[in-house]
Amino acid sequence: MTRTPLRPLARILDARDKGENPDAIERENIRMRHEEMRDRARSRAQGRLQMLGMLFFCAFATVGVKMGALSAAEPEEPTAAVIGTPIVGGRAEIVDRNGRILASNLVTHSLYVQPPLMTDPAGSAAKLVEIFPDLDLERLTRQFTGERTFVWIKRKLSPEQMQAVHDIGDPGLLFGPREMRLYPNGRLASHVLGGYRFGEEGVSAAELVGRAGVERALDDYLRDPANGARPLELSIDLSVQAAVEKVLDGGMRLMNAKGAAAVVMDVHTGEVISLASLPDFDPNDRPAPPVTGNPEDSPLFNRAAQGVYELGSTFKIFTAAQAMELGLANPTTQIDSNAPLVWGKFKIGEFEGKNYGPTLSLTDVIVKSSNVGTGNLAKQIGSARQETFLRSLGLLDPLPVELGEAPGVKPLLPPNWSEISTITISFGHGVSTTPLHLAAAYSSILNGGRVVKPTLLRQSGPRLGERVVSEATSALARAMLRQVVVRGTASMAEVAGYAIGGKTGTADKQKATGGYEKNVNINTFAGVFPAHDPKYVIVVTLDEAEDLTGPEPRRTAGWTAVPVAAEIVRRAAPLLGLRPEIEPPPPAAVTVSAKQ
Amino acid sequence: MTEMVFGSIPVREGEPILPRWWRTIDKWSMSAILILFGIGILLGLAASPPLADRNGLSPFYYVERQAFFGVLAIATMIFVSMQKPETVRRIGILGFFAAFAAIALLPVFGTDFGKGAVRWYSFGFASVQPSEFLKPGFIVICAWLMAAAQEINGPPGRVFSFGIAIVTAFFLAMQPDFGQACLIIFGWGVMYFVAGAPFLLLMGMAGAVVIAGIFAYEGSEHFARRIDGFLSAEIDPRTQIGYATNAIQEGGFFGVGVGGGEVKWSLPDAHTDFIIAVAAEEYGLVLVLVIIALYALITLRALYRLGRERDPFIRLAGTGIACMFGIQAIINMGVAVRLLPAKGMTLPFVSYGGSSLIAAGLMVGALLAFTRTRPQGEMADILLKRRRP
Repeated sequence: MTRTPLRPLARILDARDKGENPDAIERENIRMRHEEMRDRARSRAQGRLQMLGMLFFCAFATVGVKMGALSAAEPEEPTAAVIGTPIVGGRAEIVDRNGRILASNLVTHSLYVQPPLMTDPAGSAAKLVEIFPDLDLERLTRQFTGERTFVWIKRKLSPEQMQAVHDIGDPGLLFGPREMRLYPNGRLASHVLGGYRFGEEGVSAAELVGRAGVERALDDYLRDPANGARPLELSIDLSVQAAVEKVLDGGMRLMNAKGAAAVVMDVHTGEVISLASLPDFDPNDRPAPPVTGNPEDSPLFNRAAQGVYELGSTFKIFTAAQAMELGLANPTTQIDSNAPLVWGKFKIGEFEGKNYGPTLSLTDVIVKSSNVGTGNLAKQIGSARQETFLRSLGLLDPLPVELGEAPGVKPLLPPNWSEISTITISFGHGVSTTPLHLAAAYSSILNGGRVVKPTLLRQSGPRLGERVVSEATSALARAMLRQVVVRGTASMAEVAGYAIGGKTGTADKQKATGGYEKNVNINTFAGVFPAHDPKYVIVVTLDEAEDLTGPEPRRTAGWTAVPVAAEIVRRAAPLLGLRPEIEPPPPAAVTVSAKQ
Repeated sequence: MTEMVFGSIPVREGEPILPRWWRTIDKWSMSAILILFGIGILLGLAASPPLADRNGLSPFYYVERQAFFGVLAIATMIFVSMQKPETVRRIGILGFFAAFAAIALLPVFGTDFGKGAVRWYSFGFASVQPSEFLKPGFIVICAWLMAAAQEINGPPGRVFSFGIAIVTAFFLAMQPDFGQACLIIFGWGVMYFVAGAPFLLLMGMAGAVVIAGIFAYEGSEHFARRIDGFLSAEIDPRTQIGYATNAIQEGGFFGVGVGGGEVKWSLPDAHTDFIIAVAAEEYGLVLVLVIIALYALITLRALYRLGRERDPFIRLAGTGIACMFGIQAIINMGVAVRLLPAKGMTLPFVSYGGSSLIAAGLMVGALLAFTRTRPQGEMADILLKRRRP
């Protein structure tokens, strides 16, 4: 039991003494305390009520002010808020080096259907099929009469088609504005441009996404609204590209090749002036990737930048240049060329089992394209130095070129770079690269000896990298290549006034299963013009070409790729602004004439 | 003799009821309430046709109903305001238990009218939302308990009332009706504040409310969507808020004119939760400010008069009712102008709704009963002040 203290104790004790009832005193005391407490609580409550009143006043005032602000605001047309980021439909134009349009955008309309709005679903479906015969009537009818509330019909409409659909007059047929990509030159430079697809699609816009080529590699740049209306300038020259494709197409047919590729490159900047691959396609209507057959036979396949081939004897100039650079030989050094070259169980012979004699000068090794000579030279160079040299030319790594496919194209290398690999690689077997690789490596060797990286973007000046060979070596290599044209395997490449120097390459085609095909070749010509003042490198590759005009089919590069390359130079060089010139006479002659 | 023959004239103890009622009632507040009711009818004329059109009834069907229930509500209000505070307390406590039982039985007998929350009893001709009737009863019982706690040797009434508040809020949240649950908690908090809550505890409670809000956000998709909609900077014009904002802007200062409003055709809740948008569009900012002023007048006047009240029960109960009344108006209008996240809350006396009208009548009736002029011992105050300087 708790004891309640008697309060006020003094008075209660006093009352007890007097015999009075102490309860009355206690009750009185409680009453007094209660009064006092109440007064206190009341004044506190009054303060707090005032506080509440203030709060409520402020709240009402806030609502009133906000109402006033809203009323004073101009009413706006309600626009549907877009959830998430809006679709950016813009895409920069692409132009060639002279500002001619390669890719542009065109406003068009998509066609979609909202079946709940349709007045006559079945009839409209039938009329749509009349306009677009590729549509399936049964399927359309099913979609229009079913549960669906939205159906895409066509991504792009021509104005005539749009009018025809409009004339059906069904309110459920709706048009959505959007931009489409247009390649006004059709098939021209199709592998460079690549093509596009629609990305995210809305009824009021659609994303344009690059699918291949430059469009894919520079997709972010092209779609970036920050670049505004500034078009993307490519290094391609539209007229040269047209000439190259035209000649290459004719050459491919004449030589009965199943494919062809050509690259024209500026030796000092690495700019790709023209890049062609046949067969090609129309990027306005890019075909679907093939699901059957060899993907390398598809028109989508870019033979110039995607196709890795053993490019054969065109590699011999690398061996010769490296040997001269290392001081192992000069153009007149006699090289052991006694065929066949025996290495272990392997025997390496010359073309058609020929023998060019016990020794050849280095120039003649190149001019006659002696496998044995370059093989012996490569043995002196050694595997490690050869690999380093080829890697410094960029032949062993994917090219840093602005094509969507380029990063995935790795040259094929021998798993183990042994001495026999070194020997075969010296004349272009054992390493597979693309024609574009070859063009870049030729440019690096022949432009005075500085590495260039291939690019599809227009450059304002030379982009020379580190030195791979000296000026002198470069000049000697050019002189050798010139001799190949003057008196060697590429004699058909002589174009008066343009002093082409170059090297042929005839390589047996590799089977998919391993080993080599018989009588099925990759024919390549890689050259530079003019040889005394290098401006451009050209590489032409024909796939499975054979010249059937003679008594027996001729399948060497000298008979197939070389005349095509010559024709290309004949047509393209004037377009590039090169005047035909007479080669300067040898320095000795100048001295003589000066003495007069 | 006359007296012996005819009997004496019975002497009334005290004044007759009506004169005393008229003398002591807060006439300003009562007028404000009647004006609000009139505005409610006026806006009903605007908001009724679209709803009636949707439900296939005669255009002013809802106005007629509003008028019928409004008269009932006003009669209720006047009747309640005539009662002595003790009678109001008695009725209120009994009413609370009845309403609580009704809420507890909702899951068994209630209906959700296809709106996803079981809040109503359907009686054919009318539906009743018991939580509307619960609020005045709840305020009364909590005030009674808190006032008792202030007596020496009184019961621990604050704890009891807190328990009641929690249980009631829980039952409401189960329906789910978070709005009413929050109102209940708010009413209790206000009374506790006036009853002398320590400030530290109040801050702790504010923190608890924040935490509870976070839990509700995480746990309830319904709740989270509302908050997200409020927090996003863009107003989606296809939401109710978007329509309401647009309507207020269209209305401008003087409105587009009677019957010219568009928003009532597009907002499903134009006659209840967004009645203020209808008012703003058709009659402009002027009427909206009048409405705000009327609510402010009722609330602030009640708080002012209660500040001088001596009786702790009357003070607390009056505070609770006045604040609940005011906050309902603030929330309703605050939602329409996007000061607050979307929360269905009717505008007392203006929004359409039979049972809510009568419940509002009960509520303001009790408020008027509590704020009647009473002797507050002013004389004693003066004398005491003199005695105890």
